[in-house]
Amino acid sequence: MQHGKYRFIVGFLVVPMTLYVIFVIWPFIQSIYYSFTDWTGLSPDFKMVGFDNYTKMLDDDVFWKSLQHSVLLAVLLPLVTLGLALFFAFMLNVGGRRRKGAAISGVRGSGFYKIAYFFPQVLSIAIVAILFQFAFDPAQGMINGTLKAVGFNDVPDWLGDPQLALWVIMAVLVWCTTGFFVVLFSAGMASIPKDFYEAALLDGASRFTTFFRITLPLLWDTVQSGWVYMGILALGAEGFAIVHIMSVGPGGPDYSTTVLPLYVYQSAFRDGQAGYATTIGVALLLVTLAFAAIVMRVGRRERLEF
Amino acid sequence: MKTTDTPPSGPSGTPSDADAAKVPAQRTGTVSKGSSAPVKSSEGHVLNVFSHGMLILWAIMVVLPLFWAVMSSFKTDSDIFNTPWSLPSSLNFDSWGRAWSQAHMSEYFLNTILVVGGSLVGTLVLGSMAAYVLARFEFPGNRFIYFLFVGGMSFPIMLALVPLFYVMDNMGLLNTIHGLIAVYIAYSLPFTVFFLTSFFRTLPTSVAEASIIDGASHTRTFFQVMLPMAKPGLISVGIFNFLGQWNQYMLPTVLNTDPEKRVLAQGLVELAASQGYKGDYSGLFAGLVIAMLPVLAAYIIFQRQVVSGLTAGALK
Repeated sequence: MQHGKYRFIVGFLVVPMTLYVIFVIWPFIQSIYYSFTDWTGLSPDFKMVGFDNYTKMLDDDVFWKSLQHSVLLAVLLPLVTLGLALFFAFMLNVGGRRRKGAAISGVRGSGFYKIAYFFPQVLSIAIVAILFQFAFDPAQGMINGTLKAVGFNDVPDWLGDPQLALWVIMAVLVWCTTGFFVVLFSAGMASIPKDFYEAALLDGASRFTTFFRITLPLLWDTVQSGWVYMGILALGAEGFAIVHIMSVGPGGPDYSTTVLPLYVYQSAFRDGQAGYATTIGVALLLVTLAFAAIVMRVGRRERLEF
Repeated sequence: MKTTDTPPSGPSGTPSDADAAKVPAQRTGTVSKGSSAPVKSSEGHVLNVFSHGMLILWAIMVVLPLFWAVMSSFKTDSDIFNTPWSLPSSLNFDSWGRAWSQAHMSEYFLNTILVVGGSLVGTLVLGSMAAYVLARFEFPGNRFIYFLFVGGMSFPIMLALVPLFYVMDNMGLLNTIHGLIAVYIAYSLPFTVFFLTSFFRTLPTSVAEASIIDGASHTRTFFQVMLPMAKPGLISVGIFNFLGQWNQYMLPTVLNTDPEKRVLAQGLVELAASQGYKGDYSGLFAGLVIAMLPVLAAYIIFQRQVVSGLTAGALK
């Protein structure tokens, strides 16, 4: 029996573990090692160079720029997205006209809104990026076309303007992620007992007080994990994809939209500096872990049970 | 203190204390809107108008770009630029045909279906096997393996991709469909194992014990008893993985550079670049809409499952 049990455990774990170790764990370990070498990625020869890559990185203006952009995305993007989503979710669930017998109610058609808002979430980030690249096209895009039609002739160059490009990209990310959190927070709000709201309303609390004193504290866990999730997205795959597809270059005029994952990619596969690229990757890992730790630390509150 | 339910004495119910400072904008709107209609509770009404306005605005902002893309795919190129907001004069399917055959959208589609089909099945089978063992059996190293899997969720994939490229190259897996499938599975495992482990823990143990007592092997118990019981969890995590893998961009960009093997996301980016040079914008929009349609259709049909699958899946 006991023998059969271990054979079963090993049999079930061996394939997933093998795949996972070969394609995920082993490359991670290797990348730390490569960050101390001068490997180009093109030839099999390389030698250890100690901390040379790290000192080079600290002197690299492009690295600092992309770090700044990545951190900006990781902090500001969740703030705007989650703020908007909380607002919309509260409107959908509590913002409605008070009906007879119910202390609180959502607006009419909240089901429809949730379906519509969620739409962008199922679309590929590539589709979203291409769509908005054309919408923001300075000469022929829908946005400048509309601006000109209503009388603005001095239209901006959006993605071609180093001052604007990153903000445009951020706006597109807000566009495609807000709906998901609206639905998520709505589900959370729906599970808050109705008598909490009834009691608050009897005590004369306004809806705004209700939101900050009841809804937000009870939803805090979800908001916090949403923050971490958004931040990791912005620092990782999603941030890479949207900048790689949308921004001119890619990386924007004067590196104005370069983010860390894009810089890792370009150093490794465009500039032939695989060793240096993994060094930037290690920095990216540290930023990601620090980000998650800070959010968890700052956001820690007493857990509310209901 | 403020009584929300009493009818206001002033035209809009004078806002008192803290609220006035917090929401001046909304309150100003009250005066005109609130007095024009008979109201029982002015705050509820104002909020209703205000919230409806904001909600409708966002709904328009979400739907409009998609609507613009669909409309543009039927138009001629000059119409797209000259009259971006008018309806197409006739339903022109030429650009759809061009995108489907000449721009290789059909091949990208097939590649994507192969890759996602293979990796989705693989992810679910391997992920549930690992999760089942980790959730239900005590053995040395259980915790370690669990955290090894789960830790992968917070690592930035980009860091591993550089060495992974050369690992794949050495194994002859670069630019192959099966190589891509293996990588998709490996990178989907952390979340899948994490989600399904907690799911298997919630299932009652008595059923599995009964089937073991009846003489079924562990393997048989898993496939014939536990997996069917885990169906809701498998559906949730399956939808999550399906969308993630279907929409994957970073992994194929790095590991799959052969034009013949491109998946949909890569193909679209390629199409955007080449059609941009050629000036075939209607072809590009048709390509975008072709890529959007299956997911959109699936979302509309399985809307409830998709939403619950993703929200149950993404955060826990």
